[in-house]
Amino acid sequence: MNYCEPEYVVDRDDSRCIRCKVCVNQCTYETHYYDPEDDRVYSRSERCVNCHRCVVFCPTQAISIRRNPTAYTANDNWTQEVIMDIKRQAEVGGVLLTGMGCDKPNYSYWDRLLLNASQVTNPSIDPIREPMELRTYLGSRPDRLELEMESGEMILKTKLAPQVCVETPILFSALSYGAISYNVHEALARAASQFGTLFNTGEGGLDSRLYKFGDHTIVQVASGRFGVHQDYLDVGAAVEIKIGQGAKPGIGGHLPGEKVGPEVSRTRMIPVGTDALSPAPQHDIYSIEDLRQLIYALKEATDYTKPVSVKIAAVHNSAAIASGIARAGADIIAIDGVRGGTGAAPKVCRDNVGIPIELALASVDQRLRDEGIRNKVSIIAAGGIKSSADVVKAIALGADAVYIATAALVAIGCTVCQRCYTGKCPWGIATTDPWISKRVNPDIATRRLVNLLQAWSWEIKEMMGGMGVNAIESLRGNRLHLRGVGLTEAELKVLGVKAAGE
Amino acid sequence: MSWTEANNRYNDDKLIEGCSLFGMMNLSGERFSSRDPVRAIANMHERGNGLGGGFAVYGIYPEHREEYALHIMYLDRDAKKNTERLLKEDFHVNFDEEMPTREAKVKDPPILWRYFVQPRRRQLTKDDDYVMEKVMKINTQTGKAFVFSSGKDMGVFKGVGFPEDIAEYYCLEEYRGYMWTCHGRFPTNTPGWWGGAHPFSILDWSVVHNGEISSYGINRRHLEMYGYRCTMQTDTEVLAYTFDLLIRRHHLPIEVAAQIIAPPFWNEIDRQPPQRRRLLTALRQTYGSLLMNGPFSIIVAHQGEMIGLTDRIKLRPLSAGLKGDFLYLSSEESAISLISPHLDRIWRPKGGEPVVGRLGARGVKELLVRSEMQ
Repeated sequence: MNYCEPEYVVDRDDSRCIRCKVCVNQCTYETHYYDPEDDRVYSRSERCVNCHRCVVFCPTQAISIRRNPTAYTANDNWTQEVIMDIKRQAEVGGVLLTGMGCDKPNYSYWDRLLLNASQVTNPSIDPIREPMELRTYLGSRPDRLELEMESGEMILKTKLAPQVCVETPILFSALSYGAISYNVHEALARAASQFGTLFNTGEGGLDSRLYKFGDHTIVQVASGRFGVHQDYLDVGAAVEIKIGQGAKPGIGGHLPGEKVGPEVSRTRMIPVGTDALSPAPQHDIYSIEDLRQLIYALKEATDYTKPVSVKIAAVHNSAAIASGIARAGADIIAIDGVRGGTGAAPKVCRDNVGIPIELALASVDQRLRDEGIRNKVSIIAAGGIKSSADVVKAIALGADAVYIATAALVAIGCTVCQRCYTGKCPWGIATTDPWISKRVNPDIATRRLVNLLQAWSWEIKEMMGGMGVNAIESLRGNRLHLRGVGLTEAELKVLGVKAAGE
Repeated sequence: MSWTEANNRYNDDKLIEGCSLFGMMNLSGERFSSRDPVRAIANMHERGNGLGGGFAVYGIYPEHREEYALHIMYLDRDAKKNTERLLKEDFHVNFDEEMPTREAKVKDPPILWRYFVQPRRRQLTKDDDYVMEKVMKINTQTGKAFVFSSGKDMGVFKGVGFPEDIAEYYCLEEYRGYMWTCHGRFPTNTPGWWGGAHPFSILDWSVVHNGEISSYGINRRHLEMYGYRCTMQTDTEVLAYTFDLLIRRHHLPIEVAAQIIAPPFWNEIDRQPPQRRRLLTALRQTYGSLLMNGPFSIIVAHQGEMIGLTDRIKLRPLSAGLKGDFLYLSSEESAISLISPHLDRIWRPKGGEPVVGRLGARGVKELLVRSEMQ
């Protein structure tokens, strides 16, 4: 006897249904079935995850899905979610898994920050008619340059640390091969290459078929070291050490054995069907000086030609940790906030561990400035960036660029149903099943990702033009272009912004 | 009330203002009177609103050439007494006097005093760094005293009023200099106080400025990382500190500093030959936070050099003219024509293209990119 009730109810308008069975074929959770005797299609609502695959594909719009209206007695403490979680745990006795980022309200600050625009005393700039520059370089910058005159021409004496160039300050965040399908990896790589930005391999290595996009790839080195070898390091434009992830700070990545088919196995360098469980910490990094050794080991391995990034989850001491990372020799610090996404994480960690990216980003940027080392590193903000406005706000708070992942997946079909960990993603994204993953056509997915980057970039230019700046570096860390609404004194202080109207 | 409160009464992000600029330099160093510069700036009367006017004049104290000339304004007598105690600790004061003034249409003049000083030699720091530190100390600690001029053989004269009235008040007709920069101010959010007028000056650097820099927030935060304290909350101050950082501390040539403050666009940089492209790219990578974005035109001067520059898309006006040994820079061409009707050359520099007048060099310096000057 299962005490859990269906979360969703599938409604079918039988007068519209033409018995084409698209829904039956598309639902990987086997929610719909066709009864030849009745010549009717029925649904098992308890299997539905509300991914809308059938709704979108039904040619006659016969299907609609709603939240189960049968609710427990109203209670602000013992909510539907709380009761259901306990019932599920009582049944299986395990950690509750979930996918995607934290879905709770209250952790977002983006919507309580507002942007400025020019009126009268300085003109706004029209991005349709005038240049508007988003090009961003990521890497460690010197405090000053030394030049010298050589045969009448000024030349650069200072040797700069390696930099990577992106044409828009939006990068695709780590999505590991295995957690997502090959087709999605390919689309991310191609879109990043076409638009002139970077995609991040995540911790599952890089399929050799995608090496040709290496100039637009950040190769990640995580605690499991899956798929890390010399060719992999050589092919990337930058290397990222993954310490933590916003969705599950303090926990390593988990890939269930069912998702480890022959191709994932080859790329990750593990046997077919084995669980790929990354250790919680990097076992060669128990301290900041250990991190320095790994940073320099990777720099040595890549001959000091690529920036090395260190990705951490936003936690309480982020500012102090980031300052240590900068001093340890990292060129880029990526910070992933509490709303950051995941393919699989314990629900309790996702919803309770870490702090919002806005606060972490603001305090890290300020701390690095207070210590005079902000130039040493670029900052990438991640975790909960939902729109181009969020990108602009992140940059105004102090980020050099942002990582997006959930938004990219939504662009290619994801509906944020939070079941990535099942490996059955009906949209063909969070799966390695060859039959399901064919649902993502890499050509179409690439085009949709490029469209997203283009649309957001245009919107960023519109907002910058309104503020009267025509280069992204004039927005970066420019908190005077932000104002807060509905924030406490303490929050405003951490964010380093004034209240609206002030 | 301390001067910081008078300066930004409503605690706005910064002061916002529009303005008129004029600069005139004799490239062979011959000193001339205030007559032409004052007529020129007065001709642009409509660009100011009477809440600020000022002048920086170079070559005016030849008899005190080796001493730092400190011009200080005091809000009350106590401030003067306290500040003079500080001064005597840190400097040999060789000569001091009340600044000569006369009745004119100006509002609430403070006590104005000038001192010719030399640093007491007990520090290892360079004289300039020493003086700058002490000036910052007076300006930030006392609250009622403000050093508005601290260079050698140069002086700033400024206050609340139209520039022609300020010239009258300070008896500027009695001074002669080889280089004059002039300013008429139109602030929107300050009632105007004497220290807030332009030129803004530190050591022998002076800046007159017209504009509203939209990148102010990050420019300021970047400078704060290098120990500058932006107490005036003006774009002008940020510009002055930027020049100080780039030229005096980082030893970059003025043409390079101009390309940091108003850099070429990436698509222009991408078209340069490799060596120059590398340099311009590195400048933007390293000094991107000092890009002054949004409208400005400025005239920056220090001993022997006058530089005119606008933002890279020229959202504020600037004209330049040459006649014999004289270089003119002005917000409006009419002001140049008024005092020098038969110019050898008049031109409107492009956005981001500096005009550099250098003592002993006839003509003007070119720059790294966009060198389309004749």
